[in-house]
Amino acid sequence: MADTMQFDLVSPERRLVSVPVREVRLPGTDGDLTAMPGHAPTIVTLRPGLVTVIGADGTASDFAVTGGFVEISADSVSLLAERGHRREEITQEIFNEMMTDAHRNRRAAETKRDAAGEDVVTAAVKLLADMEALGTHIGLDPNHPNFPD
Amino acid sequence: MPSLKDLKNRIGSVKNTRKITKAMQMVAAAKLRRAQDAAEAARPYADRMAAVMAGLTANAAGSASAPRLLAGTGADRKHLLVVMTSERGLAGGFNSTIVKLARQHADRLRGEGKEVAILTVGKKGREQLKREYGSLFVSHVDMSEVKRVGYDNARAIADDVLDRFEAGDFDVATLFYNRFESVISQVPTARQIIPAEMPEGQAAGGATALYDYEPGEEAILADLLPRSVATQVFAALLENAASEQGARMTAMDNATRNAGEMIDRLTTEYNRSRQAAITKELIEIISGAEAL
Repeated sequence: MADTMQFDLVSPERRLVSVPVREVRLPGTDGDLTAMPGHAPTIVTLRPGLVTVIGADGTASDFAVTGGFVEISADSVSLLAERGHRREEITQEIFNEMMTDAHRNRRAAETKRDAAGEDVVTAAVKLLADMEALGTHIGLDPNHPNFPD
Repeated sequence: MPSLKDLKNRIGSVKNTRKITKAMQMVAAAKLRRAQDAAEAARPYADRMAAVMAGLTANAAGSASAPRLLAGTGADRKHLLVVMTSERGLAGGFNSTIVKLARQHADRLRGEGKEVAILTVGKKGREQLKREYGSLFVSHVDMSEVKRVGYDNARAIADDVLDRFEAGDFDVATLFYNRFESVISQVPTARQIIPAEMPEGQAAGGATALYDYEPGEEAILADLLPRSVATQVFAALLENAASEQGARMTAMDNATRNAGEMIDRLTTEYNRSRQAAITKELIEIISGAEAL
């Protein structure tokens, strides 16, 4: 069996990355998982976090995503993320933008708590917490003073 | 008969118009290329999304617990028409073809006794629909500040539509936009986004049925359906942007050519009158000389 597979990171606006890789570590909603060549075909939703990609030459690179889903098959992994950035490209500014989105999302969820139920709010709060964890993990300040409450 | 001076002014002014339309045509051509690139770049995401959705919905469609975004509310009484047009005119029939299609739909639905609400994107469509359907407008999205259509724009529109759906404002939502076929051909298109319309035939079976889903299929479907709506809105916005520039390019090309023809005609007329004036003067001189 081939020891690499095709990895695509796709955002709605363009294809961000398309490289052959040995393995991909993914932050799944129900827990982290690693996909290697020959993985059973699976579709997994992601929580905000870091995706680690081990390239064909063994070098690791990290991507931060704000959620999305991933389609794994035996010879390819396609990650569909609404936002995806290389870890080294993430500045406080970009992270702030992501955080603002998450905050806005939580507020929107709270306004329709009555209609949509408590689950929506829980999900939004969890998303926000995951975003904060991501920020702390890559050394950025998740409690920047600019966030509207 | 217009004087020589008048003719000369007209020629000058038509020449200026031709310069403007020529410039607009070239600007539209450049923007068209960019819009096409953007549409091209967005395709992988949309294709993957559609493929995954097709697999998921094929399994879920039969079950009674299918999400409302997929199965619908069970009623077909209230319709939301999302009419996407441009912010600027001078694009040939671009806006009026969309408006015409939307109007036909609205009239047909109202004829069947259904409720119609209209959400407009872009100023031009709003202006054209206002007189007749002003009372049906529920919201308007202003795109005049948007230089380049981004996914965020699409998501804002999709969120608005989804919120209204959650609130029970409508049962069926349809997008109206121009599908980009080529520079000279844009096809006004109506596309139903809620409840989700799945391509028939290919959805059943196939490789997609073999996937494992984590978390469960229904949880993924619930997560994906709103995203899928946003993706479809985004695709429509991009198609519309490309179509607008294509239509403008063609319209401005025609205008430039018409201006050229007009200049030729006016120049002929100008030369003829000038010749007539010269001949007249000569006759006067000669007859004056003969009289002596």
